[in-house]
Amino acid sequence: MSSDPHDLLAAYALDALDDDERDRFERHLADCEDCSEQLALLREPVAALAYAAEGPVPRKELRDRIIESARAEPRAAVIKLPRRNWALGAVAGVAAAAAALAIGLGLWANSLSNSLDHERSTKSALDRILTENATAKPLIGANGSLIVNRNGRAAIIVCGLADAPSAKTYEAWVITGNSPKPAGLFKGGSGCSPVLLTQRVPNNATVAVTLERAGGAASPTLPILFRAEAT
Amino acid sequence: MSAAVQSPIAISVVGLRAPWDEKPMSRATPQRTDEELVEAVAGADEDALGELYDRFGKVAYGLAYKILQDAALAEDAVQEAFLQIWRGAGSYRPERAKASTWLLTFVHRRAVDLVRREQTRRTSPVVGEPQGSDPGADEAAVARSRREIVQDALRRLPAEQREPIELAYYAGLTQSELAERLEQPLGTIKSRMFAGLERLRVLLAEAGYETA
Repeated sequence: MSSDPHDLLAAYALDALDDDERDRFERHLADCEDCSEQLALLREPVAALAYAAEGPVPRKELRDRIIESARAEPRAAVIKLPRRNWALGAVAGVAAAAAALAIGLGLWANSLSNSLDHERSTKSALDRILTENATAKPLIGANGSLIVNRNGRAAIIVCGLADAPSAKTYEAWVITGNSPKPAGLFKGGSGCSPVLLTQRVPNNATVAVTLERAGGAASPTLPILFRAEAT
Repeated sequence: MSAAVQSPIAISVVGLRAPWDEKPMSRATPQRTDEELVEAVAGADEDALGELYDRFGKVAYGLAYKILQDAALAEDAVQEAFLQIWRGAGSYRPERAKASTWLLTFVHRRAVDLVRREQTRRTSPVVGEPQGSDPGADEAAVARSRREIVQDALRRLPAEQREPIELAYYAGLTQSELAERLEQPLGTIKSRMFAGLERLRVLLAEAGYETA
């Protein structure tokens, strides 16, 4: 079946493609701005179909189950930087001294916590990384730094990364030897974003970032977009 | 009178509220939009995840149940979809889709993946509660009118467009399976699904679905 991938838009929107077709179409979608726009139009009537389904009401326990399993899950929290934060961009763009970065981020994180309460937990996690002898390594292939503290807690600060295409997400990996472990999802976007990694980064590990299907993958899909070496 | 004596009185007056002043809490508290909730979920806000579930859990479960015809599997599908939302909220782009659309896409895909894996369509007793015991009559009414609008729009599609859309969406058939089942060339199935969705979009807009 070798047809125009645009033919597959409706079937994709309805989840009527098999796994191979879906993978192929998503690869096409990643580079096809026109398809993304058309898909966005088809998504709305497709989602409306959900409301026409008449099913029973879920048991009350389902809500608790969902919240508990979310709570049990390690995950990356992404903080959006205010646009005016030129200072962070400047220091993250080079392999900055950890101290300078720590001061810049600390100041920023403090100002953030006042306005956005719900990101406080990320802020304090970031504080912990930065106050415990953090070192910064430059990213290879992107603008920014990997920051690792002495306990292996780490964050990537990445600047000017294009938004992940629709139905895609960036995923970070911590690679020791030959085994990559998923370390968090993020979407990129203008400015600089700190991404807390959900895995510790041991000495001599590589931190790499790939583009994956929304929701993330269990193992990385090549190519590696950018990386950093923790030494 | 000294300030020490006055202050408790002042406090009690401030604390007092005439019953006729009170507005119901649910109306007085400004509600976060669905999109704001997803953004909060990206910041690891569990309450926001719970609120998203309160808004969409019922339609998500109804959809998953319709596809899977099994209460336990439907619960699994909804749980996994909400976990994907929890993990992937950072990659949500509001300019691409409404939050509800984005969320229901996860639920549908999870349910379809599960039904294809299961293959066998067995049914188990429904563990859910009857619709009547629902709290929030307003919410139920909105959901009902929404359901009626969509069902009505579906009925107005030509059968040749409605059939492949319903079989794909509610039964999880792939386009190749649709071609076989409906005894039509694959190309015909593709163009009928596309035309059907376009028509559905127009019909829903005409029926004022956005604001329903």
